Amino acid sequence: MDTLVQYLQYLVNGLTLGAIYALIALGYTMVYGILKFINFAHGDILMIGAYTGLFTYTALLGESTNAAWMLIAFFIAMLVSMAFCALLGMFIERVAYKPLRNANRLAPLLSAIGVSFILSNGAAWLFGAQSRRFPYPFDDTPIMLGGISITPHQILTVVVSVIMMVVLTLFVNRSRMGKAMRATSLDQATSELMGIDVNRIISMTFAIGSALAAVGGILSAFDFRVYASMGTMTGLKAFVAAVIGGIGNIQGAMLGGVILGVLESIGAPLLHIPSALKDTIAFAVLIVILLVKPDGILGKNEREKV
Amino acid sequence: MRILEAQGVSRIFGGVVAVNNVDFNVEKGLVNGLIGPNGAGKTTLFNQITGMDKPTSGKIIFDGKDITGLPAWKISRLGVARTFQNIRLYGDLTVIENVMMGLHFKVGADPFKGRFVQAVKSYFNAGRENRELYARALEWLEFFELDGLRDEEAHNLPYGNQRELEIARALAADPKVLFLDEPAAGMNPAETAHLMHIIERIRDKGVTVVLIEHDMKLVMNICDNITVLSFGQKIAEGTPEEIRSNPQVIEAYLGREED
Repeated sequence: MDTLVQYLQYLVNGLTLGAIYALIALGYTMVYGILKFINFAHGDILMIGAYTGLFTYTALLGESTNAAWMLIAFFIAMLVSMAFCALLGMFIERVAYKPLRNANRLAPLLSAIGVSFILSNGAAWLFGAQSRRFPYPFDDTPIMLGGISITPHQILTVVVSVIMMVVLTLFVNRSRMGKAMRATSLDQATSELMGIDVNRIISMTFAIGSALAAVGGILSAFDFRVYASMGTMTGLKAFVAAVIGGIGNIQGAMLGGVILGVLESIGAPLLHIPSALKDTIAFAVLIVILLVKPDGILGKNEREKV
Repeated sequence: MRILEAQGVSRIFGGVVAVNNVDFNVEKGLVNGLIGPNGAGKTTLFNQITGMDKPTSGKIIFDGKDITGLPAWKISRLGVARTFQNIRLYGDLTVIENVMMGLHFKVGADPFKGRFVQAVKSYFNAGRENRELYARALEWLEFFELDGLRDEEAHNLPYGNQRELEIARALAADPKVLFLDEPAAGMNPAETAHLMHIIERIRDKGVTVVLIEHDMKLVMNICDNITVLSFGQKIAEGTPEEIRSNPQVIEAYLGREED
């Protein structure tokens, strides 16, 4: 195969992967923007999202093999999973982070790690340790475009991710609540004086971030299957993506996700890194970013952040 | 007419009684002064009233409503605005954006309420809404003679202008009562004179003003009535003339004469 075509193929795969990282990175970055706190349980939310999506989808589908219903059931399952994770995210914030808001900065971080353990071990206990396949809601025969194969689930992943990101950007930039959110990320105490209910904004932030993680979890399940610790590595990489883009910055998280996905996909064959060591790329990139531009690509000097 | 009343408000921090059973009345449409030596509990009382902190005991009535212990954002939305001794602006936003922020979250405008259709409408009208807010924010900047600095980032402004901007932003939210915590602190005499002029114009607009201030010239010239705190207790209240000649006030500020 022609090497150029080969690398174009890696690029396509990387963009798909990057779209998923971006969705998940948004949750890290939005919470950080407002609370200056890394929600280490965020990766496990995506796992819960994948399980919720999978169970809802299989329950809705039953024995049916109707192509249209498969697709509809998939989108219903995605919405159910988003709603469930939004509630879960708000609940976790209320129970595990809110009581620690005025504590030492380390306390909520440790609490988040605890929540992460509870979620992943709870899932392993409830759903078993074996991984499950997320069935494609359509025939996933690749489409060939001049030697590059693009699968329908890759198209779905990119389309859904782009829609989510556009809606989020519009929400944050144009809606009243989005503006209140940006104001809160700039200065919490001052925003409270402007009549903004900061607690509610924080709740909303967790809900939105968790709903996006649910989508990311479902979309990543096509390639990586569904299992209790699926959120750990994907979550960590999405966090790296958020840092690359500039943590606290929404556009940065999107950009960082895509960059990381592409670097991972192209970097391994380019540098002849064995696939077992593929994960090192993300963390090598993290180290370089922290050394060269610790604020990330769009970090700090950018004014509009959440 | 009283627009706001603190009734027997106390605030105890551990063993320290910062505010001790204070009654404080704010008369509608006037400039109400609150003075006292350092540590008298003036800012603490402000904090109790504006919801930054909860009183240990006592009641706060605003516009006939008991607002004791409500969170700051609720009190602000009812129409109580304030500024701080240490200025609290959105430093990274421009001057006009700061004022737009005050306009955006105007008193009575709940960003969470409103019918779905309206929410969607405002979503598509965001551009026009922004232009309207910009125009109105500019009017406020003109009122404060800050319009020349509109595109400057707030943290780059000289100190006196930052104070004025903070007041402009508070006023843009259309409050009924404006609390000013030492607005003249760190200002030079020219800036203080300008501030005095501004406060008069605010009062003329019908906004009730409550003023904590150490600059006695400013206080005596502009306040319609004055309340004096010392060591957490109210020691006097009255017109500037009465306060000026009150022996207890003189003692609190200058100490007892020995002879």
